Amino acid sequence: MHIPDGFLDTKTVVMTGTLSLVGVATAWRQTKKHIEPQRVPMLGITAAFVFAAQMLNFPVAGGTSGHLMGAVLTSVLLGPNAAIIVITSVLVVQCLLFADGGVLALGANIFNMAVIGSVVGGFLYRGVSRVLPGEWGNISAVAIAAWFSVVLSSICCAGELAWSGTVSWDAAFPAMAGIHALIGVGEALITCLVITAVKRSRPELLKANSGKNGARTGSVIVYALLLAIGLVMFISPFVSTWPDGLEMVAAKLGFDQKAIQYPLAEELFPGYKFPGLDSSTTAAIIGGVLGVLMVFLLVSILSRKLKTRA
Amino acid sequence: MRHSFLDRYSRLASPIHRLPGALKLAATLVLLISIVTVPISLPGVFLGIFMLLIVVAFVSAIPPVFLLRRMLFLELFVIGVTVLSLFQKNGIIIFTALSVKSTLCLFTIVLFSNTTPFSELLALMKTWGISGLLITTLSLLYRYLFVLVDETERMHRARTSRTFVTRRRALWRSYATVIGQLFVRSTERAERIYAAMCARGWR
Repeated sequence: MHIPDGFLDTKTVVMTGTLSLVGVATAWRQTKKHIEPQRVPMLGITAAFVFAAQMLNFPVAGGTSGHLMGAVLTSVLLGPNAAIIVITSVLVVQCLLFADGGVLALGANIFNMAVIGSVVGGFLYRGVSRVLPGEWGNISAVAIAAWFSVVLSSICCAGELAWSGTVSWDAAFPAMAGIHALIGVGEALITCLVITAVKRSRPELLKANSGKNGARTGSVIVYALLLAIGLVMFISPFVSTWPDGLEMVAAKLGFDQKAIQYPLAEELFPGYKFPGLDSSTTAAIIGGVLGVLMVFLLVSILSRKLKTRA
Repeated sequence: MRHSFLDRYSRLASPIHRLPGALKLAATLVLLISIVTVPISLPGVFLGIFMLLIVVAFVSAIPPVFLLRRMLFLELFVIGVTVLSLFQKNGIIIFTALSVKSTLCLFTIVLFSNTTPFSELLALMKTWGISGLLITTLSLLYRYLFVLVDETERMHRARTSRTFVTRRRALWRSYATVIGQLFVRSTERAERIYAAMCARGWR
């Protein structure tokens, strides 16, 4: 999934660069503030560990083989903040030492693999393992986190390529998402097996790491915003041109003409598009970003209200 | 020790290797940006850049076979994406443009990484004021990469010489155990490194 140089245009390079810079800076601030000094070398060694672990090739089928990617593994073992730093260092070294992934595309690669991988993986893992208690719940949380983070990274990668105009979305999306839905199953399996192996020999390592270094509320908000903006930017311009499920059903059954027009919503965001802008892509992006911000604002106000009441 | 596949030739003594790292980094960035932004309708520019890179490769005295092999290996990943670009309007043109541009970019970065030691890059980053935590992480990654790759290979060899199963399930389990054990050993190593760092006056 390492994007080489020459595939992204200027706007995508700048956008992904900014997003990943904010992501890494947040992770760095959080880590610097909360890390105990004896765990500083742990970051570098874990990065070297991820690198070395990626060299072991797992036989898949018919002579092909795959390897661990490690964002979710690191996120589960060290927490999402440290994982972003670790995976970013791995990507920097892969790019500057092995020319694996481009220099200009480094921002995109960091956003796709380090930020999305660690954040989505880390929070899904924590969320699901809270819902599903016990040993099996924990393991299935790891699996779900690994699968979703790999697939989401690949979809974002496809979106960036399509946004740059190098590959059409209709070709990039099925190819990337399809292949990575399978790769994700492999990643989920490996990550679960490795976590089980660590648990069997040194169970206290997992407990010591997952308890501390968890993301704080401030950084959670930044990460959530980053993810939302990234997904809206790279994916929504393509998705929004498709009729959504309900609209399609309505058109098929012939009652789309009868749909009631909601005047307020139509006025504010006609078809989710920001009024007064010609280019539909830009309008869709701005509309999407505004929508995300509004939903986000609503959710945070609601959660604060509910919290004080409880 | 079989880690010479890493930056084996970055410490030669050619004129290119002796140039300051900052200059090489700046030149690399300028080249990359111009390769990406110049439209494909000006083939002369790309030919010029290609000739320049060939001259640099020749002066730097890196074995051409090594360069060629590295390029071919990396090209595999590039082709995977470029093929996707065929499935659209004007696919052939975009495909050629992408292949030319990404191959030239790859060539540039391969030359840069094989003429500049990573430690020099780290020193450079330090002068830019990049945070100590990131520099420490990167330099520890570079320092222990070789050690851990060696350790992985030893553990993997030991494991395969003692297991005679070829069923995929058992194989996966044993590989995962190797990785899990590698993590445990890395943690222990990090603890020892911290003790050693403190003994030498870190913090």
